[in-house]
Amino acid sequence: MATTTDDLPARHSLGKSMKRKEDPRFIRGKGRYLDDIVLPHMLYLALVHSPYPHARIKSIDKSKALALPGVKAVITGEDLDAAKLEWLPTFHGYDKQMVLAFGKALYQYQEVAGVVATSREIASDGAELVEVEYEPLDPLVTPFQAREDKIILRDDRESKTNHIYHWEVGDKAKAEGELDGSAVRIKERILSPRCHPAPLEPCGVLADMNKATGRLTVYMTSQAPHVHRTAFSLVTGIPEDKIHVISPDVGGGFGNKVPVYPGYVVATVASVIIGVPVKWVESRTENLTTTGFARDYHMDVEIGATKEGKVTALKVSTVADHGAFDAAADPRKYPAGMFGIVTGSYDFPTAFAEVDAYFTNKAPGGIAYRCSFRVTEASFAIERGMDILARKLDMDPVELRRRNFIKKEQFPYPSPLGFVYDSGDYEATTQKALDIIGYDELRKEQAEKRKSGELMGIGVSTFTEIVGAGPGKHFDILGIKMFDSAEIRIHPTGSGIVRAGTRHQGQGHETTWAQIVAEELGLDPQELLVEEGDTDTAPYGLGTYASRSTPVAGGALALAARRIREKGKKIAAHLLEASENDVEWKDYKFNLKGVPGKSVTMKEVAFAAYTNPPPDSEPGLEATYYYDPPNLTFPNGSYIAVVDVDRETGAVIVRRFLAVDDCGVVINPMIVEGQIHGGLTEGFAMAFMQEIAFDESGNNLNTNFTEYLVPTALETPHWETANTVTPSPHHPIGAKGVGESPNVGSPQAFVNAVMDALAPLGITHIDMPLTREKVWRAIRDAEAKVS
Amino acid sequence: MKIAVTVNGERYERDVEPRTLLAYFLREDLGLTGTHVGCDSSSCGCCVVAMDGDRAVKSCTMFAVQADGHEITTVEGLEQGGKLHPLQQAFWDQHGLQCGYCTPGMLMTSYVLLKHQPAPNEAEIREAIAGNLCRCTGYQNIVKAIQQASTELAAEPAAAAVGS
Amino acid sequence: MFPAPFDYYRAHSVDDAVQALARFGDDARILAGGQSLIPAMRFRLARPSVLVDINAIDELAYVRESDGHLAVGAGTRDFALETAPLIAQRYLLLADTSALVADPVVRQMGTVVGSLCHNDPAGDWPVTALAARAQVSIRTPGGATRTVAIDDFVVDSYTTAVGTGEMAVEVRFPTPGTRTSGSYQKIERKVGDFAAEKLLAGAKPSKDLIRAAMREAEKIADPSPDNRGSVEYKKAMAGVLVGRAIAGALERLGVGGLK
Repeated sequence: MATTTDDLPARHSLGKSMKRKEDPRFIRGKGRYLDDIVLPHMLYLALVHSPYPHARIKSIDKSKALALPGVKAVITGEDLDAAKLEWLPTFHGYDKQMVLAFGKALYQYQEVAGVVATSREIASDGAELVEVEYEPLDPLVTPFQAREDKIILRDDRESKTNHIYHWEVGDKAKAEGELDGSAVRIKERILSPRCHPAPLEPCGVLADMNKATGRLTVYMTSQAPHVHRTAFSLVTGIPEDKIHVISPDVGGGFGNKVPVYPGYVVATVASVIIGVPVKWVESRTENLTTTGFARDYHMDVEIGATKEGKVTALKVSTVADHGAFDAAADPRKYPAGMFGIVTGSYDFPTAFAEVDAYFTNKAPGGIAYRCSFRVTEASFAIERGMDILARKLDMDPVELRRRNFIKKEQFPYPSPLGFVYDSGDYEATTQKALDIIGYDELRKEQAEKRKSGELMGIGVSTFTEIVGAGPGKHFDILGIKMFDSAEIRIHPTGSGIVRAGTRHQGQGHETTWAQIVAEELGLDPQELLVEEGDTDTAPYGLGTYASRSTPVAGGALALAARRIREKGKKIAAHLLEASENDVEWKDYKFNLKGVPGKSVTMKEVAFAAYTNPPPDSEPGLEATYYYDPPNLTFPNGSYIAVVDVDRETGAVIVRRFLAVDDCGVVINPMIVEGQIHGGLTEGFAMAFMQEIAFDESGNNLNTNFTEYLVPTALETPHWETANTVTPSPHHPIGAKGVGESPNVGSPQAFVNAVMDALAPLGITHIDMPLTREKVWRAIRDAEAKVS
Repeated sequence: MKIAVTVNGERYERDVEPRTLLAYFLREDLGLTGTHVGCDSSSCGCCVVAMDGDRAVKSCTMFAVQADGHEITTVEGLEQGGKLHPLQQAFWDQHGLQCGYCTPGMLMTSYVLLKHQPAPNEAEIREAIAGNLCRCTGYQNIVKAIQQASTELAAEPAAAAVGS
Repeated sequence: MFPAPFDYYRAHSVDDAVQALARFGDDARILAGGQSLIPAMRFRLARPSVLVDINAIDELAYVRESDGHLAVGAGTRDFALETAPLIAQRYLLLADTSALVADPVVRQMGTVVGSLCHNDPAGDWPVTALAARAQVSIRTPGGATRTVAIDDFVVDSYTTAVGTGEMAVEVRFPTPGTRTSGSYQKIERKVGDFAAEKLLAGAKPSKDLIRAAMREAEKIADPSPDNRGSVEYKKAMAGVLVGRAIAGALERLGVGGLK
């Protein structure tokens, strides 16, 4: 049963909008980001990039660069190859990635050489002096060109094809049979365009090889420091105990800081060779042109339905553009991530999804940009598809959705594509959204406006997210199961330190992790210090991305705290001079059953753990928990956008936007709301402006912030938010994760609204981003058809 | 080239290369790493500082030599006598930051805005911070924070002045 | 990204600046607001050997009205125009423009004359200067001042009538009459984008006249395709925006109902 946050019983710490504990340093300019770290005698790395999307490298002449005073080393692919460091494994292990272009450059801006110098400026000067002779080759710019295999991109691979993999799920024959037999059927090619997370802090590394101790310290902008430590060990052969990865404050990640990039490797190699620290911080251009892009899925979406609007089958066939290497950050068993969530919130009797991925002359990536492995693409496909179906049925898009929602009594719901949805009340979440926005009134207003030719649109998205990977039996990175971990130490005076295997980048873990532990132990969250990101101190974890921190590490934290409580109970019994069986944890303290007022607090227990432990027990009060979740969690939301379209210019004004989210139990409503505002803004950006596009020759057209447009305060709409609470039945505190829902759920609400506005002109679909020109062109073409 | 710059009320004399950008001078020569760099095209505003108290400038689109003889206020200069500037307090109160990377620039742009326009409305605030990108917050809580600070500064005008 | 090395000279007067340009030769450049030049240097698209910084020449920062024109000195920042009451009251075209240049922080550093000299085809000030029939004063290496009409000043994209060793010192906008108005319209894909359209400002209001002007604008507009739009889109928008600019300007004169 969905409830609002207000209906929940009063809690000690959970559900409170506690101000963030990390903020005092940030508002004073005292955060410590990668580029803020300075080590004595540090050198700087600058990279040389290929101007061509596809070219044979005929020669590289380092001599002029090496002659420049201040230049200490120039490193090429040949040098790395000699050291057997030229290739990096990709996360799922099916491909490998060149560190520096060797033999051929495979995309524009690919890293070709590295110059190490005494200052950033001299490193840049040196990079200009590296002379590379190229022989340009014809590029593969689209996956459809690549599919023809006329040009083979990867000489290094045994199979001479650009086809990387075919992946499918569901019953193809049955789905196609049902589609053929459907009374009503739609089919649309829907693109989720290539875009880039572009966190404001660029990626970077500071590698520090200490030859005296043989220990390599790597400061890096990392969302997953432990995985990166393991990766560095595997690539370099340095034993893992000799590698120390520190991810300092991270200025936004959004998936961009999950992969290992060539600059990290080159800086590390340089430090190992030269024996002094080497720093590399990418420029914005390097960020946009070489590091992990997202999406680039061309999806053919087919839905069958009865005349009454009951869906009968779904088939989605996708062509994916992976760039020059298959570096998509997806788990081994799921090369297309969680794309199987494409049936969305709807009870499809049968479904089939397939993805064919291809190499092209573009930067590698396919990272989960503020989404849980291809969920943004899947969610966009189904929510657009449902709108197109509603149009064909001449049915209100909300009504069509309601007729097909998975009902709350159907949970746990096994989907036709293999997931078991944990919980949800889609009808209640949607009803709340309709009530707040005044849906019926808006439809009336729209009908009036249409009479005078005004283009007003209302778009809905009633999406289901899938987050929180593990479970480990299904999901891994480099073979490492996707569990996460927590370690709690309670000090004698009742304060403590909490460490987790995650690494926040603005999500507020220093606050919310303290709230979870404080809730479990009845302690003061202000006195629980949270620490993440240092592999020497934090327990091994898989990191923060794919909305997995709360579903996985959040579970580990609660369960580690419960271990503390178990031990605390023994100590409490000792203090209360009672048997453990007579002590119960209630109202955030240990009580002697049946004796009102006879109780001890966790603070008292903590002191006793060090000063007066029970005679037969270990002193101290700490616990560790490695949590492998039994299932994923499935947050959902009902979003409604209201837009007005300027017929003459194609400009879209987002008049209102409401997000009603259900992310289960809320830890900190203020932080959840902040996450939603941010995710909606990135969804808005994807819908209207963000795209990494290429011209016919394979040149990247969006290489800096004057070309790759991200929203400012001026364009960004005012966001309205609300929530319902359907706890996750399997999560220790019932939470589901929220950081990515607004990004996954919102693009289709905007696009559906614009298509709704353009419905009188017979326009069904325009691919994102909905630039003014694209909308204007569609209107003009439609008007030409009419007249 | 020798320059003398007053930063957060303190005078510094340094020898710099003409091509040293002010942002890197502040960060690396003076160790004031609160001023961040997020792009190369004068777009993101992470590097905004106040010049002579009344002008918000992008310190990565200005050379350190140009600051010779001027007064620069950075985010580190906002807190006075152990008391947070009302803007800092408001960003904290209103959850106006997440990863914190844009925050110093956002604070300094807002600081200059409130000097010129002590009581801006929402539209004016959104316009004024349009040269500062934020990827985390969606700006809504930043706008609320600036409104809170504006109200507080109106109640205690002395707090508006920093350094000079 | 970091600029290539250069030498720096701070000028203290216009004569000083012009003499410095003569001394340092062809690769010397004037540094005013630097909001276009410095990013170009960071990308190493521009690599002047010497920068002659004119920011310390206090007498260049002025906005003065006299003899039927508004004179704006080479040290005047966009922000100064945006906030000057005189501009908001009488120079509506300039007020519109100054509030749409780049972004509000860039405007606190960027200068009007610098933007004219940079003459980016997507820049705002060249468009407005053309519409307003502005004139630009240029100091020659010999110390003389010549004045050039905007049509002659703007030679081609990124090229102006300012010759080697010369320095633009002032732009003059004619003071609008009481029956004259202006309006500047811009398609912004987002803040910080450069203006993509040209503009006309007219008289004798009628819907037909506006439509004719719109058609004319579409015809004469000669935009370059870029991320902000194709030639086709920009030509169409030139028409739409001219229509809106004229209607907006007329509305300011109290002539409504023409939108």
